Formats: sequence, structure tokens, C-alpha cells
Amino acid sequence: MSDRVPTMQPHGEGLDLRPRTNGGDARSVTDKRLALRVDHISAWYGKKHAVGDVSLDIEANSVTALIGPSGCGKSTLIRTFNRMHEVATGARAEGHVYLEGEDIYAPGADPTLVRQRIGMVFQKPNPFPTMSIAENVAAGLRFMGIRSRSEIDGRVEHALKAAALWDEVKDDLKKPGMALSGGQQQRLCIARTIAVEPEVVLMDEPCSALDPVATLKVEDLMRTLAKDFTLVIVTHNMQQAARVSDHTAFMLAGDDGVGRLVEYAPTEEIFTNPKDERTEAYITGRFG
Amino acid sequence: MMLTNAASQARFQRRKFVDRGMTAVMALAALLAVIPLVLIVFHLLVNGLGSLTPALLIEDPNSPGRAGGGVRNAITGSVVMVGLALAIGAPVAIGCGVFLAEYGQNRLGTVLRFLVDVLAGMPSITIGLFMYALIVLPNKQFMAIAGALALAIILLPIVARITEEMLLLVPRSLREAAYALGAPRWKTVLTIVLPTALPGIVTGLMLALSRIAGEAAPLLFTSLGNQFTSTDLLRPIDALPSRIYSYASGPFDYWHEQAWAMSLLLVLFILLVSLAVRAIAGSKVTVRQ
Repeated sequence: MSDRVPTMQPHGEGLDLRPRTNGGDARSVTDKRLALRVDHISAWYGKKHAVGDVSLDIEANSVTALIGPSGCGKSTLIRTFNRMHEVATGARAEGHVYLEGEDIYAPGADPTLVRQRIGMVFQKPNPFPTMSIAENVAAGLRFMGIRSRSEIDGRVEHALKAAALWDEVKDDLKKPGMALSGGQQQRLCIARTIAVEPEVVLMDEPCSALDPVATLKVEDLMRTLAKDFTLVIVTHNMQQAARVSDHTAFMLAGDDGVGRLVEYAPTEEIFTNPKDERTEAYITGRFG
Repeated sequence: MMLTNAASQARFQRRKFVDRGMTAVMALAALLAVIPLVLIVFHLLVNGLGSLTPALLIEDPNSPGRAGGGVRNAITGSVVMVGLALAIGAPVAIGCGVFLAEYGQNRLGTVLRFLVDVLAGMPSITIGLFMYALIVLPNKQFMAIAGALALAIILLPIVARITEEMLLLVPRSLREAAYALGAPRWKTVLTIVLPTALPGIVTGLMLALSRIAGEAAPLLFTSLGNQFTSTDLLRPIDALPSRIYSYASGPFDYWHEQAWAMSLLLVLFILLVSLAVRAIAGSKVTVRQ
């Protein structure tokens, strides 16, 4: 792994998470390990410019929240972190995202390998309808070409335990994944994602289709998962960002409709002492 | 509901009246659509049930004019040709449908989709004639394989378009889930999209099967017909629809009865296939949108 040393210089002054939206070089320095370094990412859908020149550093083994009103580009941005954005027809992105120092947008980089290392959980739970609970969790392992029955069984159990679902489903592993409740389905999707053992898990509004109890369970899970993974979540729920995230990035679409990063700081700072008046207006509920 | 004045009261009454009238018209249309089916099945049962005997299934035809005998040759021939047409046509058709759905959102796909639609509208006798020119004439021999190929061509556009439609119904979120797990596109199609759409594709296959099992025209000058039971693909072979035609228009009363019995047999076969498909497709978890 020595060829994947992060390009950040250790500095010893703690995290400097000031936004760098004006095309300046990354100046963030930290003594903490970085999982992702987002470098001047812009994204388009056809001619529509959705995300404009966002740069931010995401600390390893933490939860980073992207917040902002509808249409601010936060979902688009998170989808550029594992090259899911380009799956939509006409969608493209420019810029770089470094995973442990490696550019996932480098010319030779294979999106499928990128996505094995940067997993994603979606807004609506989407278990595979033809597969059982166990098969759903094993799906990613099979995509990777793992065939060993015992290895798959072991990793399925491990992933379901890590997703806090094992106790509820251990006797029903052969039942269809669709038979679970919405909250269980979402935790099944989380188990399916972490079974592949990615370094980063992206979650695009993972609780917006869940009831409050199921939401709390998933939020608890996020905190636990942050011990082993780096989490980036998109949420429209500011309380959720405040409850679970270590750092928060606030995005806003300008008059031109292009979503830009307004402020990025430790979550406590964003919610207690925002530097930008637009951030303050948003978190105090004056718009959005 | 309290309505404030007479005018809106009248409008409300009129709307209710129109609503009831339209419902009645639709119900009548639905009834009219089912009446032919009921009449056909009733007629087949009345005329065909008496001659639907074990002998009909296991004996070859007697020499013309001598009552008795069966149509084993026609049943065998139909099973052989329809089975072969399915074996040849289904993989090609499903592959074509997958291409149209997954890689056909471009000019090539548009052209291909148009060609498939043209093929679907092609008269079946034309397809038979084509096979006659392609296989029968050069070999100076009517043969089962030519009939099976003609049926396969009829099946192709039906199954291809249904496969395409069914694949497009699979929610995008499932594809995205597979991509997000690092699945390449072909694996996503093969292991996620196709299995999810399978019940619909199987239904399409059965629809096409019913269609080709009843085709007589393309077999007239490809497989020709045979008085004896044969499974030789390079020789003439019999089929139910063409034997129904020749018996129904023939001079003997027992032929007419056997023609009714064969028609009943065809309908029963198609009915059984449909029921089997429903049982298979119903046992799978279907997509919840």
C-alpha cells in the first residue's frame, strides 16, 4: 500500500476544513488520516451544470454529512465520489477524487473496482427481489468472484451482525429480502454494502423512506460503522446531521442553479458558530 | 354532500348519470370481448370431446375412408417443430431483447427495433415461402427443420419485444444497487436484471408458443405433412393445424369429428401451458414498484 500514501502533509494543527471553492490549491492539512480527497469536482447532467467546483477532504473513520436544501447538488456530489454519477445517461463529471491518494478519475481507473472500495446505500431500500436475505448480502461477494461457500457464509454473518440485523433474521436467511420491513430492508442493504468490505460507505439520504424508530436504528448503526469505515451521508434532516456526523458540509445552489460548497467544518462549529451567513440562515430554518 | 345551489346540484346529478352510463358501456364491451372465447370453447367441447379418445393420441391415421385411427403423427410433429422452434428462437429472441433494452438507446437500437416490428407484422405465409425458397427448393425435399425455422422466425419478434419491455420495467434502483457493489454491466444484466424480469419473459415465451402452435400457413410448403409418425428432421412431418384443415375440409364424417377433437386438443394444450406458466411465474417474487 506504500504507493497509496495520501498526498496530505501532516501538520499537527488539527483539521482545517475551510472551504476551498475558488479554484485554489488544496491547503487542508491534518494529522488525521484522510479517506477521500475531493479535488475541484464539477458535475453535469447533459447541459445542466449541477455541481460547481467542490473541494473537500474527508477524514477516515468518521461520519461526514452533506446538507443543504433540495436541488443544491448534494446527491449529485456524493454520486461523483464512487463514479455512480456517470451511470445516468448524459451525466459527466470533471475533477478528481483521491481514495487513499489514488485518483478514481485517473484515465485507467476502473469504475467497478472503485465501487468495490467505495460502496453506496441509496435513498429507497433496494434489495434484489429475486434473492433471499443471505443471497442479497452475498451478492457483492459473488460479483467479486468469490465462490467459496464457507467464506461467503462467514462474511454474510459478519456483515449482518455489523449491520445490527443478524438477531432479527438469523433464522430466516432463506426468506426473500423483500419480505423484511422497510427499516430492515435498509439495514440489509447496508449489510450488503459492507460485506464487500469497502473503505468508504456513501449513504444518499438513507433514512428518508424510514419511520422515526427505524431511522434511529440506522443512525446508531452509522456511529458504530464509523469505527471500521469512513461514512459520507447526504441528509435533508439537519437534526440527523447534528446527531451523527463529525463534520458537516453545507451546500447551496446559486442563482445560476449550480450547487456549490458554502461551508465545511466540524459539525459542532457549523451548528453553533457558522461562519457564513447563508449557513446560519439555513440551519436556523430561515429557508430551505 | 351539501351543495349550495340548484345549478351545481344539477351538474352533480348529470356527472353521476354520465359516470354510471360509461361504466355500463365498459362492462358491456368487456362482456363482448369474452363471448367469442366462451362460444368457441363450448363449441369445441360439444363437437370434439366425443372423439378425444386414447386412440386419437396413440394411433396413426387409417387409410382414408376407414373410420377410426388417430393423429399421433400430427401431435408428434407439432411437438417436435414447436419444441425445436422454441429451442432455436428463444435464445436469439431473448438476446435480441436484452440488446434492445440495455444497449439499444441509440440509432442502431432504433433501427433494430423497427426491423423487429416489421418482422412481427410479416404474414406467416410469407415466412413459410421464404423458408421454402431457402431450404426446401435447394434440397428438393420438404423437411421438419424448415417448418421449425419458419415457426422460430414468427416467435422471434414477439419474444424479443416482450423481453425488451420486461427488462425496461426493472427499476433503475436495482441496477444502481448492483453497480454500487462493483458489478460490471454484463453481470448486472445477467444476475440481477434478467432474473427479476424472468416471470414476464416466460409469459412472453408462452404467448409466442401458443401463437406458433396454431400456425398452419408457414408449414404448408415447408414441413408439408406426413401420413405417418416421424421425428426425422430432414423428412416431411405432420402438424396439428394443417391436419385440422385437411380433415375439416375432407369428405368423411369421422374426419370432421377428429378435426374438432384436434382443435380441442390444441386449445387444451395452450390452456395447460398458460396455467403452468402462471404457477411458475406466480411462485417467484415479483417486483414491487
